[in-house]
Amino acid sequence: MNQHRLIYLDNNATTPCDPRVVDAMVPYFYEKHGNAASRSHQYGWEAEDAVDYAREQIAALLDVEDKEIIFTSGATESNNLALKGVFEMYARKGNHIITLETEHKAILDTCKHLEKAGAEITFLKVKEDGLVDLAELEAAIKPTTILVSVMWANNETGVIQPMKEIAQLCEKHGVLFHSDATQAVGKIPTHPRETGVHLMSFSAHKMYGPKGVGALYVSRKNPRVKVTAQIDGGGHERGMRSGTLNVPGIVGFGKAAEIAKNEMQQDAERVSRLRDKLQNALIQLEETKINGNIDSRMPHVTNISFKHVEGEGLMMTFNQHIAVSSGSACTSASLEPSYVLVAMGLGDDLAHSSIRFSLGRFTTEEDVDFAVKAVSEGVNHMRELSPIWEMYKDGVDLTKIEWSAH
Amino acid sequence: MAYSEKVLEHFKNPRNVGVLNKDAKNVGTGLVGAPECGDVMRLQIEVDEVTGVIHDEKFKTFGCGSAIASSSLATEWLKGKSLDDAMKIDNMDIVEELALPPVKIHCSVLAEDAIKAAIKDYQEKNGITANAANAEVSA
Repeated sequence: MNQHRLIYLDNNATTPCDPRVVDAMVPYFYEKHGNAASRSHQYGWEAEDAVDYAREQIAALLDVEDKEIIFTSGATESNNLALKGVFEMYARKGNHIITLETEHKAILDTCKHLEKAGAEITFLKVKEDGLVDLAELEAAIKPTTILVSVMWANNETGVIQPMKEIAQLCEKHGVLFHSDATQAVGKIPTHPRETGVHLMSFSAHKMYGPKGVGALYVSRKNPRVKVTAQIDGGGHERGMRSGTLNVPGIVGFGKAAEIAKNEMQQDAERVSRLRDKLQNALIQLEETKINGNIDSRMPHVTNISFKHVEGEGLMMTFNQHIAVSSGSACTSASLEPSYVLVAMGLGDDLAHSSIRFSLGRFTTEEDVDFAVKAVSEGVNHMRELSPIWEMYKDGVDLTKIEWSAH
Repeated sequence: MAYSEKVLEHFKNPRNVGVLNKDAKNVGTGLVGAPECGDVMRLQIEVDEVTGVIHDEKFKTFGCGSAIASSSLATEWLKGKSLDDAMKIDNMDIVEELALPPVKIHCSVLAEDAIKAAIKDYQEKNGITANAANAEVSA
């Protein structure tokens, strides 16, 4: 077992760079080190050409115009730019923004920041399967609503929101639609123009590109959307995002987009078969539950609760060999379990018992077989240690016990 | 966050996992924590009726590695102790022994609570009221 390499099943946290991406980037660190904004010499022209080419590669993946791609440092910055930029640019039209309780912190905390600046934010609950309730969304729209922000796919559960239906509601009420598509771009088709998404955030490092580079898609026509810049300076990126462009990162991002466009379908088919194999084997264990809608879900993700076992303790049984993440927050300073799972109506006990498995391009069949064995053994081991598993097996009604919450 | 060697050692080889007959007169059971909070500890002691010394102890814990290590260590420390001495086990001793980081201190608090709850259960079953020494500790 010790000889086995560490198996990486945490691709929703970040993906390794594809070696083809790294190869494409290397020349731009030294030989072609120019600043894309240097207009007066060969180095600058070369860098500018490289950035233009990457922008085309990314635009091709999204089926949009290259000028609609604004480079940023990552999806968190893109989300900040989209929300704050729209709030400031459209202040005369209204101050109301609608989003979901299950969004990433980059959306939730940006919204809370905007609340202090005078925005009114509606945080919608989701259904038990993680999907937005379209009727509730429509009911929340009012004359002052300027923006709806809904993530394309959730990072913890992989649940894919009904993007077209949401876009239709936004269209009907004349509201802008932003999506944090970080977990979806490059893995499933994400065509914002065709779908009716006006702004879309995404990041290179979730699609086998490098960390530190992302983008915001901003629709240029029907409607022409503008956002107020949040970083002032040299007026790069059509004035929406100043700062010297991360040329090697952008080149890698472009290459990652090109590979994704060409290989998305075969990758998705292969990885969903492996995901299903992993999931089907693990739910053979007693008292397990898959979290989130399994019919509208990313091909590489499954989130499973193993009842009466605490997630972090469970991970400790195999984390020398397998990298996953847990919905239990015992690892962080806060002791609250996953707010995403709790928002889906999962009890705190089940949220504490959940593990997210996210496979990727480099996951092998052998990895999955090994993970099934190690996780199953871990669950059985932890249940032998668990007093509440013993009580459950003895037929004790756990809801009738007076627990001493602490 | 990396775990200390001692936490890993207790986690891999937990001491005294199991169950004692909770209905036995000489067994005290402490069940603390809550599933919603992510940790539940059940700690049991069996007291020698002649010497008044703890001569068997078992635990089961639902929780993270630190919670399991804290309760495992607690059972080790309880062996052979009188109830008065057992009452003196302080959560900070567990923190120190296992090198728990600040975010895991609650695990040691839970272990101390479990010890005190088990002793209290034993005392109530046997009609013993907490003596002066205990009162001092819990004050």
